[in-house]
Amino acid sequence: MEIVKKVRDGDVRTVSRLIRRLEDQIPEAKDTIKKIFPHTGRAHVIGFTGSPGAGKSTIIDAMIAEFRKRDKTVGVLLVDPSSPFTGGAILGDRIRMQRHSLDPGVFVRSLATRGALGGLSKAVGDAIHILDAMGKDYVIVETVGTGQQEVEIINHAHTVIVVMIPGMGDEIQAIKAGILEIADVFVINKADRDGAGKLYRELMYMLNMANGFPGGWRPPIVRAENMFDAESFGRSLEELTNAINEHYQNLVDQDLLGDRVKRKTMIELNEALHSAILDPVLTALVESGEMDSMADKLLKKETDPYTLAEKVAKQYLSES
Amino acid sequence: MAKRKLRIMVAKPGLDGHDRGARVLARCFRDAGYETIYTGCHQTPEEIAAAAVQEDVDCLGLSCMSGAHRYLFPATVEKLRELGADDIQVIGGGIIPDADYQVLYDAGLKGVFVPGITLDDIIKWINENIVPNMKD
Repeated sequence: MEIVKKVRDGDVRTVSRLIRRLEDQIPEAKDTIKKIFPHTGRAHVIGFTGSPGAGKSTIIDAMIAEFRKRDKTVGVLLVDPSSPFTGGAILGDRIRMQRHSLDPGVFVRSLATRGALGGLSKAVGDAIHILDAMGKDYVIVETVGTGQQEVEIINHAHTVIVVMIPGMGDEIQAIKAGILEIADVFVINKADRDGAGKLYRELMYMLNMANGFPGGWRPPIVRAENMFDAESFGRSLEELTNAINEHYQNLVDQDLLGDRVKRKTMIELNEALHSAILDPVLTALVESGEMDSMADKLLKKETDPYTLAEKVAKQYLSES
Repeated sequence: MAKRKLRIMVAKPGLDGHDRGARVLARCFRDAGYETIYTGCHQTPEEIAAAAVQEDVDCLGLSCMSGAHRYLFPATVEKLRELGADDIQVIGGGIIPDADYQVLYDAGLKGVFVPGITLDDIIKWINENIVPNMKD
């Protein structure tokens, strides 16, 4: 119970250690999450996604400053990709927000994807719970630089910000499925560059074509330009912060917050079931060498994956 | 149980913008399979120590080309100690005269790496000397 108290008291060392243990999938860390779980659900979780170099980290840095001005505490989780070859990673988002590292109201932690698809790390869901239990008013999650399909963030965030920059493609990109569908707020960053007006119009067209919005929330488009012009960048950030808060208020007013939270709980339950039911089976198959011999059979075309899977399922399901 | 992954931070304390070396190292740590956090130039020892604790790294590599290593490296070790994180192993490198090695070791650095040492030597040293932290 001691560790739960330390987390709730905001002990930085305990929190960062615990996140590490979750990333490393140490079984005892899960027991701690079980105890922390009842203390969660208070923080407003904000997700930032968008292509590499769009300016997500820079905007988050400015958002932290804006939240701190309003006397709110902030936890930040930054996800960068792991190498598929070596498993190593360079976690570089933090560079943009180092100026907050001495502020006790801000906790920043970088995570590597460790092979997870969808733009996040597997540990992110639990890490959000921990920062929430730590008492942070806002938990900001930055995904890896995304393409079109990495939409996992909607399962974790109450409010999703998609950061875009001019010059990334034609109007067909704007009607494709995927990342543009998940935005609650759009940011056009580097809006002083050529093509920003066109991007704005394309997003407007895309939104105009939508057949209504859940809770009547039409995603606003915030333009941010020239971060070196403190006054204008600051104004954009204030606008963005207000839009984020309004979105959350809208979820509350329209009774939609439960839907968002349920999405996350379903995923968590799914993952927990996976690790409770499927993982032991997979481990057993690998350890007994059965996995290898099945792969050999497939290579020799002696059988097919479906037949093998059915056989394994029958064997293990009848056991319990 | 999954094997624990080594986390390492590369940091540049003080007024020193020469970070080619730090970037090469960060890249080389990535290729060695470590999760590598790079915090950029112009950091104070306080900022570096606080970041190292938030990131729960096993090892902190300091790079300094400006000649201020005799002050900045020990100051960073001291800040880690103040934060109760003296188990984070600190190593350093850059333009460091032979005569200063002992000063840095005495201040608590575990390794000092200067021009002429190969990347392979550094990785080998880390693999032999840094163990991913298992404490709570």
